[in-house]
Amino acid sequence: MKEAEHQEDAIIANDLRKVFSEIIAVDSISFTVHKGEIFGFLGPNGAGKTTTARMLTGVMQPDSGSAAIFGHDIVSDPIRAKQRCGVVPETANAYTDISAWQNLMLMGELYGVPKHYAEERAASLLKALGLLERKDQKVQGFSKGMKQRLILAMALLHEPDLLFLDEPTSGLDVQSTHLITGMLRELNNTGTTIFLTTHNMDEANRLCDRVAIIRKGRIAAIDSPERLKMAIERLHTIEVSFDPAQTADDPTTLPGIKSARREGDKWVITTEDVDSTIHAITAYGAEQGVKIGMLRTLAPTLDEAFLRLTGADSA
Amino acid sequence: MNPESFIEQAKRAFAITKKDIRIYYLKGPVIIFGLFMPLFLFLAFAVGNRGLSMPFLISGLLAMTVFFTATAVSPVIQPWEAQARTLERLIACPITMRTLIAGDMFASVLFGIGIAAVPIGIGALLGIVPLHPLLLLAGIILASVCFSALGLLLSTPATNVPSNIMMLSSLLKFPLVFISGVFIPVEQLPFWGQVLAVCSPLTYFTDIARYCIMETNTFPLAVNFAALAAFSVTFTLLAIRLHARTVSRRI
Ligand SMILES: Nc1ncnc2c1ncn2[C@@H]1O[C@H](COP(=O)(O)OP(=O)(O)OP(=O)(O)O)[C@@H](O)[C@H]1O
Ligand SMILES: [Mg+2]
Repeated sequence: MKEAEHQEDAIIANDLRKVFSEIIAVDSISFTVHKGEIFGFLGPNGAGKTTTARMLTGVMQPDSGSAAIFGHDIVSDPIRAKQRCGVVPETANAYTDISAWQNLMLMGELYGVPKHYAEERAASLLKALGLLERKDQKVQGFSKGMKQRLILAMALLHEPDLLFLDEPTSGLDVQSTHLITGMLRELNNTGTTIFLTTHNMDEANRLCDRVAIIRKGRIAAIDSPERLKMAIERLHTIEVSFDPAQTADDPTTLPGIKSARREGDKWVITTEDVDSTIHAITAYGAEQGVKIGMLRTLAPTLDEAFLRLTGADSA
Repeated sequence: MNPESFIEQAKRAFAITKKDIRIYYLKGPVIIFGLFMPLFLFLAFAVGNRGLSMPFLISGLLAMTVFFTATAVSPVIQPWEAQARTLERLIACPITMRTLIAGDMFASVLFGIGIAAVPIGIGALLGIVPLHPLLLLAGIILASVCFSALGLLLSTPATNVPSNIMMLSSLLKFPLVFISGVFIPVEQLPFWGQVLAVCSPLTYFTDIARYCIMETNTFPLAVNFAALAAFSVTFTLLAIRLHARTVSRRI
């Protein structure tokens, strides 16, 4: 099903807007997701993540603005747009009265996957997601993690080029989470573009190439996780210890640093320019004739970036 | 493969039909509303009016069972799906609203047709054999389509509580039975009753059934078939339009 196509973007959202009675859930959002990317959509509760994902997957019509999936407009050309997407909705469920296998076959038919191929795919997906032995059981008896894995398998049956996931690991144990994130990474390596909505900073940090931070229906920032972290904290902290700990001069005199203080056997140095400060520290060590026992930069976490950008720390 | 082609969408509609039959038609309401309810109504009426002939009663029972069965599940499928949280998954699939409605409708039609065997069987046991079986079959098929479409139309209010929809549709379905010539021939209704009877699709199917089983009819056959066809088309088109508008409000 994958066609060789020119470098078009996977998702182009243009001024998307959705209003529910009084609430502006999504307020004129524009962004682009490139082919082959894992794009994270981060935001606090009620920020409008799910609403955005629903508009992109054609489940809800935007009040204004437009979105294109691989060049197909989601409102005027929904079938072709949806054909290339796999969707794991936020509060989705499989049909609980039929078996896992029947759920997968239903997806195969709804996406027009030839039967023999759907069967092959279903077996390999169930195997990869650890559900093969349970394939003929009704979904009713599945645990939350098993259901979520099945829903992922259902989204992947037709080998979509673009996968939407709305908080796919919320409420799951470490093992299920691991299985799912591992699968996402593998999919991405083989060329699947992924749009991932999450609260989980750690997950976004480890998985995403780029992250959009959304707040009250607007995009507060879009960048790679590393750059986002750097952008919010101009001042970096470096911890360093020397061996022997006593030196003739204090490192407080080093060029380019903001401050330096002792904490136990190590120095805690703050600086705006990590690179030149580390160079200065190594030079200082050599000059003083001491070894560097430990050197560590403490970057701000994505959590901090998130709180800062979504304004939750000032609230 | 062109996902928009008619054949492709038809196949997908059929997948929805299969799912509906597997899941929804095995639930209680079909059996209760489709089979027992008409049987009890029928018995109550047959016992209370001993003057009515058996062919009259059997044709009434047939009309009623097809009507109740075809409208039993189609109105609640979407609220059920919304409540079970499977609807969002379904409408994210590359299918049109027409495909979705067609799939749901076809399942309902199959059940309407299937259940018709019960009153016809009861009739056969009592020695009543349809005089025009092929015509009757055509009538049953068309009526099932018409009533299924009516059922889908009834489910357009965007509530996700299946029992609300069941209540609403019962409110409409029961009175229809009394003005559609099932128990009382249309000719014997008061004037306002006859006016209402003309507006009820069930009237026309009852009339077809009467003709095929006992060769009495109120309206010309062609009128009966044309009316059912017109109702079917209207209900279907309306259902598609309204569902397209309300479906996202269920999520
Ligand atoms: N169907 C709806 N009807 C009315 N209001 C809605 C509807 N869906 C969402 N909203 C409102 O729109 C806003 C954005 O909701 P949305 O579900 O998109 O947030 P979210 O970022 O996904 O939040 P969460 O992290 O809790 O999942 C909220 O204020 C919510 O109350
Ligand atoms: Mg959400």
